[in-house]
Amino acid sequence: MAKISKSENSENVLEINDLTVRLPKGADRENAIMDVSITIGRGEIVCIVGESGSGKSVTAQTVMGLNPPDQLSPTAGSVHLNDESILGVSQDRLRQLRGERMAMIFQEPMTALNPVMTVGDQIEEMLEIHTTFSASERREKVLEVMEDVNLPDPKKMADSYPHQLSGGQRQRIMIAIALALEPGLLIADEPTTALDVTTQAQILDLIKDIQVRHGTAVMFITHDFGVVAEIADRVVVMRNGRVVEQGTVDHVLSKSKEPYTRMLISSVPSLTPPKREPIIKGDPILQTRALDKIYGSLGLFGKGRVVHAASQVELEVRRGETLGVVGESGSGKSTVARCIVRLVDPNGGEILIDGNNIAGLSQKGIRSFRKDVQIVFQDPYRSLNPRRTVGQSIVEGPMNFNVGKVEALERARELMRVVGLSPDALDRFPHQFSGGQRQRICIARALAMEPEILIADEAVSALDVSVQAQVLELLDQVRKDFDLAVLFITHDLRVAAQICDRIMVMKLGEVVEQGPTASVYADPQHEYTKLLLDAAPGRDVDFSGAASI
Amino acid sequence: MTTEAIQTDLTEETEARSRPSAWSRLSQNLSARIGGGLLLLIALIGLFASFLTTLDPTEINPSNRLKSPGHEASIRDDEGKKHKVTAHMGTDSLGRDIYSRVVYGSRISLVVGIAVALISVLAGTLIGLVAGYFRWVDAIVMRIMDGLMAIPAILLAISLVSLSGASLFAVIFAISIPEIPRVVRLVRSIVLTIREEPYVEAAISVGTPTPKILWRHVLPNTISPLIVQGTFICGSAILLEAILSFLGVGIPPETPTWGNIMAEGRDFFQIHPHAIFFPAIFLSLTVLAINMLGDGMRDTLDPRMDRNI
Repeated sequence: MAKISKSENSENVLEINDLTVRLPKGADRENAIMDVSITIGRGEIVCIVGESGSGKSVTAQTVMGLNPPDQLSPTAGSVHLNDESILGVSQDRLRQLRGERMAMIFQEPMTALNPVMTVGDQIEEMLEIHTTFSASERREKVLEVMEDVNLPDPKKMADSYPHQLSGGQRQRIMIAIALALEPGLLIADEPTTALDVTTQAQILDLIKDIQVRHGTAVMFITHDFGVVAEIADRVVVMRNGRVVEQGTVDHVLSKSKEPYTRMLISSVPSLTPPKREPIIKGDPILQTRALDKIYGSLGLFGKGRVVHAASQVELEVRRGETLGVVGESGSGKSTVARCIVRLVDPNGGEILIDGNNIAGLSQKGIRSFRKDVQIVFQDPYRSLNPRRTVGQSIVEGPMNFNVGKVEALERARELMRVVGLSPDALDRFPHQFSGGQRQRICIARALAMEPEILIADEAVSALDVSVQAQVLELLDQVRKDFDLAVLFITHDLRVAAQICDRIMVMKLGEVVEQGPTASVYADPQHEYTKLLLDAAPGRDVDFSGAASI
Repeated sequence: MTTEAIQTDLTEETEARSRPSAWSRLSQNLSARIGGGLLLLIALIGLFASFLTTLDPTEINPSNRLKSPGHEASIRDDEGKKHKVTAHMGTDSLGRDIYSRVVYGSRISLVVGIAVALISVLAGTLIGLVAGYFRWVDAIVMRIMDGLMAIPAILLAISLVSLSGASLFAVIFAISIPEIPRVVRLVRSIVLTIREEPYVEAAISVGTPTPKILWRHVLPNTISPLIVQGTFICGSAILLEAILSFLGVGIPPETPTWGNIMAEGRDFFQIHPHAIFFPAIFLSLTVLAINMLGDGMRDTLDPRMDRNI
C-alpha cells in the first residue's frame, strides 16, 4: 500500500501513519498493532475488518486516546486529525478534541449510557462541556440532534431513561451524543453487533445518511462482511495487528488477491441455501405440542408482569435432520431449547422424545431422558468449568450413568479425535484453548452422552467467521456420523441457510413460519420472515463467488 | 484448520495464559506479609507460652499485689528453694503475674478466633449452598438469617452464653452463631450467580445429581472469598471474646484471657494502668495483624477485586 504524505492530501480528516502500539509484557505478542497506516477522507466510510485479536479496536482507541497509557503506548508512527498531531498531546487538548472533532460510539449502548440520567440530559452534557450555549439553546440543540437521528417524538423521549428505550433507540441516542458537536470524525466500534438484524439495518442506514448529510468521516469497525458490503466506501483488513490489505469495497470484496482476505470472505455463509436431501423417513424423534412457557408471575396483587416467552410452539425433528429456529432477541427461540432440555419447566404442552412426554416429569423422572437430549451453548468461555480439565468435563456425563472411568476416558479420547482435537489435550484446562476449540470440546461433551438429539443454542454466534465455518462443518459432520436430530437455534440467517434442512421462524414467542429451508428463503410467506431476510446485511453480495477466483 | 494447526496454537496459548500462582501473589503483598508475620509471632508466643514464662498464670500471691512492671519478688518453689523472679508487666490485684497471663491469654484468643472462623464458615457454607440452590429453602432460611442479623452480635452472644453457662465451648458457640448469617449471605450470593453459568446448566443436562453439582461446580467458587471472610471473622471473634470476658460473661475469670485481665484491672485503672495496657496492646496488634492479612488476601485471592479481569 502506498503511504500518503500529509501535504499531498489535505482533505484527509484522519491520517494514521506507521502506527505501532506495544502490548504490556507477558502478552501473546509484542505489539498490539504494527505499522498501521490508514487515511480517512471527508465524507468517507472506512471499514476496518478483522477477527478478534486483530487490533482493530486498539487502533480506534489509540486515535481517541482512550488506551491506558501505561499498558498500551504508541511506540512509533503518527496520528493526525485535521493535520493536528494527536499522539502525545495533553489530556486537556484530547478532551477538547473528543466531542468537537472526533467522537466514538460503542457496541453495547446500554452500558455506554448512564442509567440514572435522562437521555436528553446526557446529550446536553456534551454541549454543556464544550459550548457556551445558554440552557434554552442547549435544549433546542438536543431536540435538533435527536430529530437528526430519526428518533420519534424527541420532546418526550428526551426525558426518558435509557432502560425505557429499545436497543436501537439507545444506539441512536449514542449517535446523537457523538454528533451533537458535529465532529469531523466518527469512530464506530462494532455499533450494530449487539442489535437485532432489523434494527441493525436501520442504524446502518442512519450512519450512511448522516455521513452524506454532514460529510462526516466514519471509521467503522466490524467483523461482519455483510455490514461491510452495506456501508463501506473503503475497507481495511487487519490480522494480528497488521494491515493485510486496503482498498475500495468492490476491490476487497470481489477482486482481492490476498489469501487471508479471500479466506475470510469465503467463510461468510451464503444466504442461498445449498441443495440438501429432504429427510422424510421415520417418525420424528423430537416433537413439541402446544408448548407454553410464561415468565414472571401475577404477583401478590395480580399486577405482576407476565411474558409469554413461548406460546403454542409445535415442532418436530427427525433423525439425521437439522431444524433451524431463527428469530430476533426475545423471540423465545432459546426458551424453547431450554424447555426441551428441561433447564426450565414448561407451563403447558407436551415435549415428546421418541414418543415419551417429558414435559411434566419431575427432576428425578427426567434423569433417564437426560442422555437423549444434549445442548451446546453460545458462550464458549462460560460453558466449561474453568477449574476442571476438559477430560473431567467430558467424562462427567457418562460417569453419572455408571460408565466406568477407564471406559469413559477412552471414549473421551475418541471423541476428541472426532471433534478435531488431540486426545492428549484432555488433561488441559479450558483457559488453554481458544473459543473455537472450546466449542469443539462442548460438542465432544454432548456427544459423550450418546444423545439422540443435539441442541445448538447460538453455538457459533460468539465465534470468528473463519472458526464459525469450521464449527458449522463439524456440527453437520457429527449429525451425519451419529444420525442425530439437530435443533439449531440462531439469529443469523446466513448460518441457518447453510446447515438447516428446515427452518422455523419465531417472533415474540410464536412460530410465524415453518418450512424447508430453500423455500422459506426463496419464497417467504410471512411478513416478518420477509422483513428479516430483507434486513440481512449484504444480501445482494454473493461472497462465495468472490472467493473462487 | 487442520489438527496440526490446532495443536500449535494450543501450545502458544498455554504459554501466554500462565500467570503467577495465588500463593506467590500473596507473598508479594505488603499488607499480607506484615499481617502474616505478626500473626505468626503471636501464634508462636501462644504455642511456646510455657517456655516463655516462669510463673503459673493462675497462681495467687497475696504479698505481691498490684506491683508495677519490672518489680522483683522472691518466691519459693515446691522444693523450698528461693527464686528471684521479675514481673515484667507487674502484677494484678490478686498478685498474679500479668506477663504470664498475657502470654497464656494469647492461646485462648487464637483458639477462639480460629474455632469461630471454622465453625461459622462451615455452617454458613452449608446453609448458604442449600439456600442459594433451592428456592423454597431460600425464602425460609434467609428470613431467619435476617432475624439473626437484626440482633446486635454482643447481645446475642451474651444471651447465648447465659443459656449454657460460661465455658470456652459456650463462648465459641455463642460467638459463632451471630457470625453465621454473614457467611450465609456471601455464599448464597455466589451460588446465585454461579448456578446461572452455562457450565452448571451443562452439568444439569448431562444428568449430574444436585449434591455433586454443588460440590464440584459451585463450592470451588466460594473458597477464595470464604478464606478472606474467614480471616475477618477470626479478627472480630477475638474482639468479641475479649469484650465478653471484660463484661464478665465470658470465659471464667480465673482463666487467663486478655479480656479477663482487663476486667480484673478495671477497678485500679487510674493507679495501675499497666494491667489494661499490656493485654490491650496484644489484643489490638492481633486483630490488626489478622485484618491486614485478610486485606492482603482479598486483594490477591478474591477475583472480584482483581482489576485485570
